[in-house]
Parts: sequence; structure tokens; C-alpha cells
Amino acid sequence: MTTASSADHPTRRDFLFVATGAVAAVGAAAAVWPLVAQMNPDAATIAAGAPIEVDLTPIAEGQDIKVFWRGKPIYISHRTKKQIEEAQKVSLSSLPDPQPDSARVKAGHDQWLVVIGICTHLGCIPIAHEGSYDGFFCPCHGSVYDTSGRIRSGPAPSNLPVPPYTFVSDTKIQIG
Amino acid sequence: MSGPSDFQPTNPALKWIERRLPIMGLVHSSFVAYPTPRNLNYWWTFGAILSMMLALQILTGVILAMHYTPHADMAFKSIELIVRDVNYGWLLRNMHACGASMFFFAVYIHMFRGLYYGSYKEPREILWILGVIIYLLMMATGFMGYVLPWGQMSFWGATVITNLFSAVPYFGESIVTLLWGGYAVGNPTLNRFFSLHYLLPFVIAGVVVLHIWALHVAGQNNPAGVEAKTEKDTVPFTPYATIKDAFGVSCFLLFFAWFIFYMPNYLGDADNYIPANPGVTPAHIVPEWYYLPFYAILRSIPNKLAGVVAMFGAIIILAFLPWLDNARTRSSKYRPLAKQFFWIFVVVCLGLGYLGSQPPEGIYVIAGRILTFLYFAYFLILLPLLSRIETPRPVPNSIADDVLAKHGGKVASVVVALVVAGGLLVGGTQNARAEDHGVAPPGNKWSFSGPMGKFDRGALQRGLKVYKEVCASCHGLSYVAFRNLAEAGGPGYSVAQAAAFASDYKVKDGPDDKGEMFERAGRPADYFPSPFPNENAARAANGGAFPPDLSLITKARSYKRGFPMFLVDFFTQYQEQGPDYVSAVLQGYEDKAPAGFALPEGSYYNKYFPGHAIKMPKPLSDGQVTYDDGAPATVAQYAKDVTTFLMWTAEPHMEARKRLGLQVFVFLILLTGLLYFTKKKVWANAH
Ligand code: FES
Repeated sequence: MTTASSADHPTRRDFLFVATGAVAAVGAAAAVWPLVAQMNPDAATIAAGAPIEVDLTPIAEGQDIKVFWRGKPIYISHRTKKQIEEAQKVSLSSLPDPQPDSARVKAGHDQWLVVIGICTHLGCIPIAHEGSYDGFFCPCHGSVYDTSGRIRSGPAPSNLPVPPYTFVSDTKIQIG
Repeated sequence: MSGPSDFQPTNPALKWIERRLPIMGLVHSSFVAYPTPRNLNYWWTFGAILSMMLALQILTGVILAMHYTPHADMAFKSIELIVRDVNYGWLLRNMHACGASMFFFAVYIHMFRGLYYGSYKEPREILWILGVIIYLLMMATGFMGYVLPWGQMSFWGATVITNLFSAVPYFGESIVTLLWGGYAVGNPTLNRFFSLHYLLPFVIAGVVVLHIWALHVAGQNNPAGVEAKTEKDTVPFTPYATIKDAFGVSCFLLFFAWFIFYMPNYLGDADNYIPANPGVTPAHIVPEWYYLPFYAILRSIPNKLAGVVAMFGAIIILAFLPWLDNARTRSSKYRPLAKQFFWIFVVVCLGLGYLGSQPPEGIYVIAGRILTFLYFAYFLILLPLLSRIETPRPVPNSIADDVLAKHGGKVASVVVALVVAGGLLVGGTQNARAEDHGVAPPGNKWSFSGPMGKFDRGALQRGLKVYKEVCASCHGLSYVAFRNLAEAGGPGYSVAQAAAFASDYKVKDGPDDKGEMFERAGRPADYFPSPFPNENAARAANGGAFPPDLSLITKARSYKRGFPMFLVDFFTQYQEQGPDYVSAVLQGYEDKAPAGFALPEGSYYNKYFPGHAIKMPKPLSDGQVTYDDGAPATVAQYAKDVTTFLMWTAEPHMEARKRLGLQVFVFLILLTGLLYFTKKKVWANAH
């Protein structure tokens, strides 16, 4: 400011133009913020995404259920002995996205597999108990997941994600 | 748009494009090199202001449409969700709703300017007619937009306006049925109005392009009313007109922001915060302020068909203006008689606007008829006559001569005129909500009033307690969720406290795996449960009366402020009619009705309730609710606290609105100041 005002006439004029332009540009940029922010989920949607509790008692061994959390299908499978074994004994090096089964279930609750049922390829919903690995099969482009929800073949790049969840008791989990 | 341009870009890539699509040349010749008369005053900046308003309305409208649900059962609620839950939803909604008023305000100034300076005269007839078409389209768009919130005024406005077409002989009924898509205004009507409300602004934009094209062919008129002849008469559009328009737009934004952030409901009607009810008509049906003059004309004529014809005629007559006024001299500056009659005409229009807001009885009807006659007489008798008998003063030889004759800015007077005109015009709407509420409620000192107002946290917490222990047994609060109690600008509870508060409530959920509904403890995302499952149950339990939902009650109630208070309110930002009324009704019970007042069975006497007979028994008495913060347990304190609480439930983001308003004002004042000095610098060498 001091240097500008002590300078000669044209400089002062330029300073005024630049200052006006800069303030107008800042205002325009600030005005864009609410116009974009409104596209984010609104407060009611966020509140509706609060954690949910699921009772596991009705799910018999070998069965699975689908619940919805934050608009996403969550598969909860009660795995059989055979399925658990298959999941544990596979060699990690043969997997496209190596992850031990123990990292995908909660310790002491090996029989419960909880995964987000959205194919990591392009978002279709895989069908449970189908495909050559006794896990999930995605009908859209043929991705096959195993009994731990790990990708085994097909175009999907990674395993079915595990949502955040905890065991409230032996027969109840909280998702979220 | 004024013929081929000699603009040639130097950059080879731009050159390549320009040879195939001369778009830069078009922009350059229309908005850069375009010669604009050098003597334009600030009334000419309203063209730019209107362009900005159209763009802003389309922008905010497209965004609101992303969140709005055009269904009779959900429209009202979806707008409340926009205002409460969408990020900056309250801001976008205020911008769009107040924006409609600002758009009309600007267009009226633009039209009066054209009228005063004879901008409709040869060779600008088509330019003017296109403007009339834009105005008609704006009216249709504004009307259909007002229907979308689906409040009481929306619904009944739609009913009354569509019924205008029933005046058409023979086909009237069929036309109205066609507009409704049913036997009455209903869901199909709302759906088609939404569709058309989305479409018409783009039609307006198209006609605006024609309007500007015609303008650039004929050239701009100017205050002297003489055509530009030499280069000395004009300056290039950029930077001269651009910077002047930018300054004008910035001043207008200040005026606009006053409404958005401090008086968002000043121009609206309290009744529109009551959801549409096809069984009850509000006591006074009034359109938005910008239709009031035409509404007054409609009501002045005691015949249905003639009234409708007169109303539409009052607008259509504008299109014939170029041929009704034959005077050679364009600008009223040089027409001593036309000038005086112009101002009389302005007063007639304002008068009609005022009358449109008054009940159609007694003196108002007579005054309405006189002014209606004067309105038409101006066009049909006065203007044709004046062009024969008036001797105009000599006009300057050229625009350059006009500039030399008077030198010096009139910014201050223009700004003052704008503010006063704004206050007057929009002030008329306050009367539009006039309702006979008998005794005016006493004013209160509210912590939340004024530009810096904030909610008193203690009052909000105590008010919640009063609501929970007293009001909740009959009144719902269905737009408020428990999570709101922990949100910024609210009662200031923690998330855990709000969750604990919610868990005290039983909420219906389901269906479960067996298909049955069940009850569970409330969660923060749940809304306050209503005491009755539906309106019929509520009525049955309350002797036929329906205890209204309280979420919006402080915005849905108002009382007549009267002249000149509504003008004062504009400057003092008085917005608390609703809270004042609610608090007065809570304290306005009297044990005995005054002698001679016939109190109906099952009613109670209340000094402030309209008609005085209220079905709600006196709800509050001293000591009824125990406060644990030491506040006095009196009816006055209860009323104050619960009203504060209900003001918060009606507008949970009020503090955010006022805070952002202050920031926007600081910014806009800075920008306007800078633009003013830049404009002065730019124009320094043009004078
Ligand atoms: S989306 Fe599942 S395989 Fe493509």
C-alpha cells in the first residue's frame, strides 16, 4: 500500500484495478463454495447412517443374510467348518489381493464373515453361495470371490471390503 | 451482434477457431467494442442487474430442484428439509425466494425507466415488445414458483389464479380443468407447475437474447433521447459500461443481501408456513407484492369476465405503447407535461399496489376504481392527447452537448432514491399480510432479534422443558429431530445428551422380519413423535380443534403492523411478529370474557387470539414447570422461554444466517467501494 501510494500515477491506477479484480475474484470463489457444498449428503442422510445392531441368532450355519447400512448391502454369512477351512488353508501367494482369513474376521468369531456386498469391479452385487470357490459370484462380469470374500478370478481388482463392526455380545454385532 | 466484426485474434489456435466459428468476434463486437452512449445514468445499469438476477435465479433454482420433491404430500416437507438439513440450503432457498422479488423490483425500475425516457419509440418498438413478453413470462414463472412450497398461500393462490380462466365464455370450465389435471388444484397441478417453472426461465433467457439483439441493432437509448451521431457521443462498452454496470450490480447486491440475511420473510406471507389445506381458505388471499397492482384492477371491476379482461389488458396495453404515444421527443426530460404525468402515473401504480393488499371493502373499492380508471386513462387518453398538445423544450444537438451541459455525478441521489423506492415498494407487502388480530401483541426484547441476535441457550433449554412437559401433550414438533438439540446454534447440548434425551422417547419402527411394527427407544436421527397419529384423532381428542404442529408456529403466525410501521421495520429489521404473537397468546387468557362478548361453548377468552375465542385452555400457570437453573417459575418466563425455543425450531440456522450476513456485508461494502473508485478512474478521461 505504502509503496503503491508513493509511486506515480499509472501505478496507483494499476494497483486499484488489481485490487478490485482480486477482491471480486475472492468473492466469486467464496460464492462457489455453498453451491458445491450443497451436493454433499445432507444432515438427515448423515444422521440416518448411524451404526446399526444386528442379531445373529436367526442365522443358521451355512446361511447368510443381507442387511443395509448407509444404503449398502452387507452380507453376514454363518460359515460352515468346511468353508472356514477352505478360507484358511489357501496359500496367500496364489491370491490376487493377498490377505489372510484372520484379517477378515474377528478373532474368536471365525464362523462369521461380514463383508460389504459390492463387487470391487464396477459395483454390482455378487450372489452368495455361487461360483467355483463356494463364496460369491458376480454375474455382471464374472468375478469370483471365495468363502472369505477374497477375489479369486475375474476382473475385480480387490477383495470385498469388510465394514467397521464389533461384537456387542456373542450373538449381536454393531455395524458402523 | 451488430454486424461482422473486424476482431482478429493473434493466437494461431484461436485464429483457427475464429475462422470456423466467429464467437470471439461476436463477443468482442457485442460487449467490448460496442459503442454505448456516454451520457447514460445509473438507471441504465438495471439491464445488467436483470441479466445477473436471471442467471442467479436459474442457478439457485436448478440447485433447489436437486433437493425438492414435487408431490402434494411431500413438497412442503422437502422445502423444510432443504432449509434445515441441506448444506447451505437455507441460503440457497432465501436467495431464490427473495431473488424473485428482487427480479421484479429491478424489472419495474427498468420498465419505468423505459417509460420515462421514451425507450419504446421508433426504432425500438420490437425491443420494447420483447420486453413486455419477458415480463409476462416472468409473471407466469413467478406465480408457478410460488405454488411449489405448497403452503396455504401457494395452494389458494393457485386456486384463485387458475380460476381466472373460468371467466372465459363457453370454454372456461374446460380450460380450468385442463390446467388442474383434476377436479381441483392437487398433485397433478403441482407436478405440471414444477415442470413449467423449470422450463420457463430458459424461455425467458431465449427472449432475453432476442431483446439484447434488438438492442444492439437499434442502439441504446439515452437520457437525452437523441441518437448517437459521431464517435464523440459514445464510449466503448468495455471498460466504460462494464465497470459502471459492475458498480451498479454491486450496489444492488447489497440491497439483495439485506433481505437474504436479515429479512428473509419480510416479503413473504406467514400463511405460507402452514401446509396446504384444501378445506380451509386463509382469511385474506393476497398475491405476492409484485402482482398487487393488477390484483387491485381485477377486484375493482364488479363483473367477473370484465375484471379478468381488465387485468390482462393492463399488461397487454404496454405492448401498444409505441403507437399510443406519438410524441416526437423521446425523453420526458424535455417534455414538461409528460414528465409530471409520468410521476403521477408512478403514484397511481404504487397506489394500486397498496389497494391490492387491502381488503376489498368500503373506501378501498372506490379508490381502486378511480385508480384503475387513471391507469388506463394514462395510456388511452393522456399519452395520445399529450403528443398533440404538448410543446416540448428543445433537445440537445448531440449526446456530447448533453454531457457538456451538466457535469457531475448523481450517485448519492440515485442511491437514496433506490433505498426509498425499495422501502416503499416492498413495504406494501406488509399490509398484504394484514389480518384482524384485534389487540396488537406487546413487543418484547428477544435475544435473537436484530443483525447480531443470538439465541439465549438457557432460554432454549428451559423452553424445551416447557414444551416437553406442557405443550407436547397436544402439539407435535415433527420437523425437529433429536440430533438437532446438539447442533451448533441450538440449545447447546452435547451429542451424548441429545442421544440420552432421545432414548427417553418411544418411537414406532418397522416392519420387522415378521412384518409387524414395533416400538423402540428413540435415536438421535428420529424426529419428535407427534402426540396424535393423525389429524382426525387430534380433533376427536380436542373437542373438534386441531392443535397445530409447533415446528414452524413462530413463522406461521403474524399480525398487522400497519402504516408506517412496516416501513420502519424494513430498516430496523423487525422480524419478530411471530414470537411476539405466540408469547402474547400464551399470556393473553382472561378468566372472564368482557361483558357483551358471547363466548362459545368449549372456548376460552384470549385477548390476542383473532376473534378472542380460543379452543386451547390456558396452558401455563405459575409454578407448573420446575426450573433447575434458578429462573423464575412464572407464566411470563415460561412464555418467553418456550417462544424462544419455538423460534429456534422454526429456524435452527438463524445464527448461521446472521453470522454469514455480516461477513457478506463487509465484503460487499469493500467491493462496492473499490468498484466505485475504479469506475471513477476509468471514466475520468471520458468526461
Ligand atoms: S461388477 Fe462385478 S464383475 Fe464387474
